Amino acid sequence: MTSPRVLSLNALSKRFGSVVANDAVSLDLHRGEVLALLGENGAGKTTLMNMLFGHYMPDSGGIDVYENGQPQPLTLGHPQAALAAGIGMVHQHFALAENLTALDNISLGSEPLFALRRSRDRVRAKVQGIMDRSGLNAPLNVPVGHLSVGERQRVEILKALYHDARILVLDEPTAVLTPQEADALFDNIGAMTRDGLSVIFISHKLREVLAFSHRIAVLRHGVKVGEMVTADADERAIARMMVGADTPVTAREPMRPGAPVLTLADVTVTARSARDSLQNANLTVHAHEVLGIAGVSGNGQSALAGVISGLLRPTGGSISVDGRTIAHPDPLAMIGAGVGRIPEDRHHDGIVGSMSVAENMVIERLDDPQVQRHGLLNRDAIAQNGQALSQSYDVRGPGIESPARLLSGGNIQKLILARVFEQSPRLILANQPTRGLDMGAAAEVGRRLLAARARGAGVLLISEDLDEILGLADRIVVIHDGKLVEVATRDREEIGLKMAGEPA
Amino acid sequence: MMDVLQILLSESFWAASLRIATPLIFGVLGALLCEKSGVLNLGIEGIFVAGAMAGWMAVWLGAGLWGGVLVAAGAGAFFGLIHAILTVPLGLSQHVSGLGVTLFATSVSYFIYRTALPNVTSPPRIEPFRPLDIPVLSDLPFLGPVLFQQTALTLLALILVALVWYMLNRTALGVAIQAVGDNPDSVDAQGLSVYGLRIGAVMAGSALMALGGAFLTMSAFDAFFFGMVNGRGWICIALVIFASWRPGKALLGALLFGAFDALQVRLQTEVGALVPGQVFLMAPYILSIIALVIAARKADYPRALLTPWFKGQR
Repeated sequence: MTSPRVLSLNALSKRFGSVVANDAVSLDLHRGEVLALLGENGAGKTTLMNMLFGHYMPDSGGIDVYENGQPQPLTLGHPQAALAAGIGMVHQHFALAENLTALDNISLGSEPLFALRRSRDRVRAKVQGIMDRSGLNAPLNVPVGHLSVGERQRVEILKALYHDARILVLDEPTAVLTPQEADALFDNIGAMTRDGLSVIFISHKLREVLAFSHRIAVLRHGVKVGEMVTADADERAIARMMVGADTPVTAREPMRPGAPVLTLADVTVTARSARDSLQNANLTVHAHEVLGIAGVSGNGQSALAGVISGLLRPTGGSISVDGRTIAHPDPLAMIGAGVGRIPEDRHHDGIVGSMSVAENMVIERLDDPQVQRHGLLNRDAIAQNGQALSQSYDVRGPGIESPARLLSGGNIQKLILARVFEQSPRLILANQPTRGLDMGAAAEVGRRLLAARARGAGVLLISEDLDEILGLADRIVVIHDGKLVEVATRDREEIGLKMAGEPA
Repeated sequence: MMDVLQILLSESFWAASLRIATPLIFGVLGALLCEKSGVLNLGIEGIFVAGAMAGWMAVWLGAGLWGGVLVAAGAGAFFGLIHAILTVPLGLSQHVSGLGVTLFATSVSYFIYRTALPNVTSPPRIEPFRPLDIPVLSDLPFLGPVLFQQTALTLLALILVALVWYMLNRTALGVAIQAVGDNPDSVDAQGLSVYGLRIGAVMAGSALMALGGAFLTMSAFDAFFFGMVNGRGWICIALVIFASWRPGKALLGALLFGAFDALQVRLQTEVGALVPGQVFLMAPYILSIIALVIAARKADYPRALLTPWFKGQR
């Protein structure tokens, strides 16, 4: 890079208790550059960026921001100082007040608090100017709660640009976008970098990193293990650098589908918003088959999962499992019929955090005589079961008697897999099963799902990650606005258009 | 039936409704301000008592009436500060802290009263706010007696409804308070202080609550009694939900409750021989519960209400 430096992180370190989140990480950023920060979950990418933005105080090291080519040390631990130095950050969890309009969210903090009047027109004019230049468009006068995820993200970026950010940090910006929205975002980023903006984006998607960045830095276990110019990088090398070893590629052997294990006939769910509803959904999952549901979040996936897990009573249509119609679909009936559920929000819906690991492993079969007799729990059997499952599913943590909430995300997921797969379910409902997991843990989940398929179960895989669906699913159905459409193609582009609701 | 209609059309009924509603208007505005910032303030009942006691005692000790109002507001802000410190930077349970503040403020007020007046059997009286007599306005038909023959505190309450609405919806400060009650991260990310906004809102809200108490000793009555607040604070907590956190609807809710109360007093004299008096005493509360059940289904809770926020934890 020949353009001048705008930022340098110098040997930043941060530990949380005994865990080293970042160990002497140094990084440079140049004017107009797009730098991709790659790494597995827990590699320390977000911690590093939170130190840059002043959310965390580094234990050691420093940050320089360059003004007219001269390095100026940044006051650490103060978001306000970072904002003033021209650093803007867009978090994965948006920092937006949903009851306010985009305009109010953008101007928040930029006007004197105790003035009697506000200067909304001036704010609007400036935001409009930024929108025109960058191509980032969002409705300004609607409460943010009514906006789509993509629009909210654009509001977040506009917010940073409104504060005259010269350095923009994006934490996994495409995690919630359709492929088309993601491409549009990177187009906009391209336009902005030509105006002199420098961008750091955190990602673990190799494809977009290779396509849209100028330079790549890879973190593993809190240490920067590599840095390269994107033009010279190749996918295998980066993946090896991220994981520290070659990842085993999950091979999906072709199988002949068996009898239907799940059939939805004209299932309809009417809800207040289109996001939570289903319209005449017809769906069949066979034995020895993985059916992938592709779609951007908030298009009816939660309604579909709710119906199949028995948590949501459909307003019309019928559900049958293994050829038998379920007359009163409630959670107990669905479990009884042989549906195993891997819920979307594993912390909230997958475990009871205050109960022990062993208890969580039997929580769906409390009427099993092995677990209880005459209403009293058999603690020994529960402990033995917990011990055995922890071993075979490699659940690691402080022990089977400690509260499940103390486990890491990956281990909570393994706990849930153990609970579900031990029941040999006929149908497995896997809703975003690898979200937030690192590559190793995600590969393990995929392997287990394919093993269940080989055993003769049907798998309904709901995922926002198109690569995951393409890797695991035998058939693909796209969900958009509560409607299901099966696609014959395996072309990313075409499926992406369907996900965006365009009649391709 | 004719009698009820006659009551509803009378000036004195509406004047009484507004009078009864006044402390509730102060209280509900105060509770609304606290909750808009994300903090439930169950200290309200005790803060009413503290405001009633402090305002009255200041006047009894020789301060002017408006001086008493200021002292009451200051007392409210003080107890609000205690609640805010416990719940905002320390992040303790808002329910527990609020109930604690109610117990504390109530007993401290009684204690000060008893210590200052150890040998008094009948509570000493002060010269309270007099009903206004504004030329022209007070002589208007209907509106005159209902609106402009009230005391200055009632008019202040009505003005405050408009002020609080304007502040919340038309100033940068109000926007920031609404944001901090919805998603504190949004405020933090823009460099504003979550703690500062919440502590400020709770203190200001508590000062308003104390004015509701002061109205009781300095306008409705002219002395301080034990137990005189009598659940008005709790009613305000319910009214905020009824109002869905909107100042205009808060005024409406307070007036509705005032009207129920004024009506039950009058019905008691009309048909008191037929029905036991307790039924009428219950009526406003039962009607409030029914109104609440209907309104609360659509209530638009501040999303961050009851959720503590800690700096540096994302």
